[in-house]
Amino acid sequence: MAEAAVSGARRPRATGATTRRLLTNRRVVLGGAVLLFFALAAIFAPLLAPRDPVEQDLLLQYVPPVWSDEAEAGYLFGTDNLGRDILSRLIYGARIALFVAVAAAAAAGLLGTVLGLIAGYFGGWIDITISRLVEIWMAFPAVLLSIVLVAVMGTGLHSVVIAIAAIDWTRFCRVVRAETMAQKQQDYVASAVTIGLGRARILWREILPNVVPLLIVLFTLEMGIAVIVEAILSYVNLSLASDFPTWGGMISDGRKYVNQAPWLMILPILCVIALVLALNALGDGLKDALDPAMRR
Amino acid sequence: MSWTFLFRRLLLAVPTLFGVAVVVFVLLRVVPGDPIAMLIGPGATDADIAELRRLYGLDESIAVQFLYYLRDLAAGDFGTSISMRQDVMELVLGRLPVTIELCLVAMAMAIALGGTMALAGAYWRGRAGEATVDGAAGFILAIPDFLWALLFILFVVVFALDGLPISGRIGHDVGFRGATGFLLIESLARLRFDAFGSVLLHTVLPAAALALPLAAIVARVLKTSINEAMTQDYILMARVKGFSRARIVCREALRNALVPTVTLTGVQFTFLVGGTVLVEKIFSYPGIGNMAIDAVINRDLPLIQGLVLTFAVLFIAINLLVDMSYALLNPRMRHG
Repeated sequence: MAEAAVSGARRPRATGATTRRLLTNRRVVLGGAVLLFFALAAIFAPLLAPRDPVEQDLLLQYVPPVWSDEAEAGYLFGTDNLGRDILSRLIYGARIALFVAVAAAAAAGLLGTVLGLIAGYFGGWIDITISRLVEIWMAFPAVLLSIVLVAVMGTGLHSVVIAIAAIDWTRFCRVVRAETMAQKQQDYVASAVTIGLGRARILWREILPNVVPLLIVLFTLEMGIAVIVEAILSYVNLSLASDFPTWGGMISDGRKYVNQAPWLMILPILCVIALVLALNALGDGLKDALDPAMRR
Repeated sequence: MSWTFLFRRLLLAVPTLFGVAVVVFVLLRVVPGDPIAMLIGPGATDADIAELRRLYGLDESIAVQFLYYLRDLAAGDFGTSISMRQDVMELVLGRLPVTIELCLVAMAMAIALGGTMALAGAYWRGRAGEATVDGAAGFILAIPDFLWALLFILFVVVFALDGLPISGRIGHDVGFRGATGFLLIESLARLRFDAFGSVLLHTVLPAAALALPLAAIVARVLKTSINEAMTQDYILMARVKGFSRARIVCREALRNALVPTVTLTGVQFTFLVGGTVLVEKIFSYPGIGNMAIDAVINRDLPLIQGLVLTFAVLFIAINLLVDMSYALLNPRMRHG
């Protein structure tokens, strides 16, 4: 009984209308389509890649892409300085980029959301402590801090994910804290307090669901940031062993041989930009479609 | 601006600085387990390790180590760089002017480009001009500075623009050795226009890469503020008086739109400074950002620590300046 009363006071959830709004939003559809394209490439990489991405062929170095006159049949985007197939490396690179994006955004989101909810709901010295921590964190240059963190923890995918989460939780924390403070003023929280629900339960069951639309937007935008940071870390050779096909590592190789083979650099750069633009468009579109304040 | 405001704001920076020092200590001395393992080369004997351990005070407890660390920081002693065998403070201060000049050039470019975009967008409000500015700002902002840097390099190589250098800070043939690190200012003051031109040419591309994202933000915020100002009564008054649209946008509305832009530009300026880490590396530009990456690659613990702290102090100082300029520009905030 009590629960129904509280749920009734919550914002009405119009699932059908939201879905329609999402599907008619141009940015959501376009961003989602590009993201889906990369996700499919990542998932079916072994089926799609024409060659082994780490296989070297020193007889076929610097083969230019198909639009050049000197292109070789079977190498759509050419080969790099070690004769590795660029298309296959791009496809496998999407795997690493998307894995890091999802894992890092989830970890940063989890940490930031928990701290943001606690700071926003309890206020007082807890809020002051957490806000102070955020402020100290913001005093570091994010790129340098991530590089130092990975250097300290040792290279590898898990280090990259932890480094991004350890830096970017502040983005979630600040927004979720502000939103929680706003939600706390709503009538439904007052009625939940009145009927005697515990604090943890109010936070988890009542406030959190109302913060979820915001979290989806933040998560999407954070994925874009994580893609960039992973590219940066693999650019400075801290993400994975240079053998592994990462977009940042390919850009780094391309920078070294830019005079002999400028195409080495352009394709992975375009992949990073396309994926980041797609995630930004998707995030902005979701914001418009999900945020009731923006709708009006 | 009252002295009490200044003093209170300075005082607030102290706990942040302390927090930064704690984080750096934990990050570099506690997390890696044994920092000595990061320092020693292969072939070190047990005696060497014990000697190093004693030298760095690592044979003491963590608490005592932390006190030593704070004492050294307070004395401005950042230790000796392992890879360069020089005092860290000297190394950092020697490179700092390079990064400061680069950031200031980038800042000027960002304000010029962003301001022009904002004025154009406000002038052609509601027409194709504004949509173009919005679209361009969104696109520029989506691409981070280090990718812009790489795109510029690609552009220079593909189109063989040999006049635009993509590495270093000054041409080798110029033969100008400044007494300070501020080569742009110094060459100008000593009327060495060839050196000034060379440094400027070397600075254009890295500065542009750093400037573009900030320019897009300036364009967005300034345009929104101008559009808001355009709805005010005094603008209607100016229209009634028959002033041209260009004059109303550039003279009347702009003046009142500056405060929010200045605040935001200041905050975003810290991101620009942070961007130098990679952009300097990409252009082999000899500032502290480039040095930071090399320090990480060389596992030069004292240098890493000195550079991270330097960046943090820069960030805190910039935020302090922004708060103060905000208080200067907005009388209501003076006694906040």
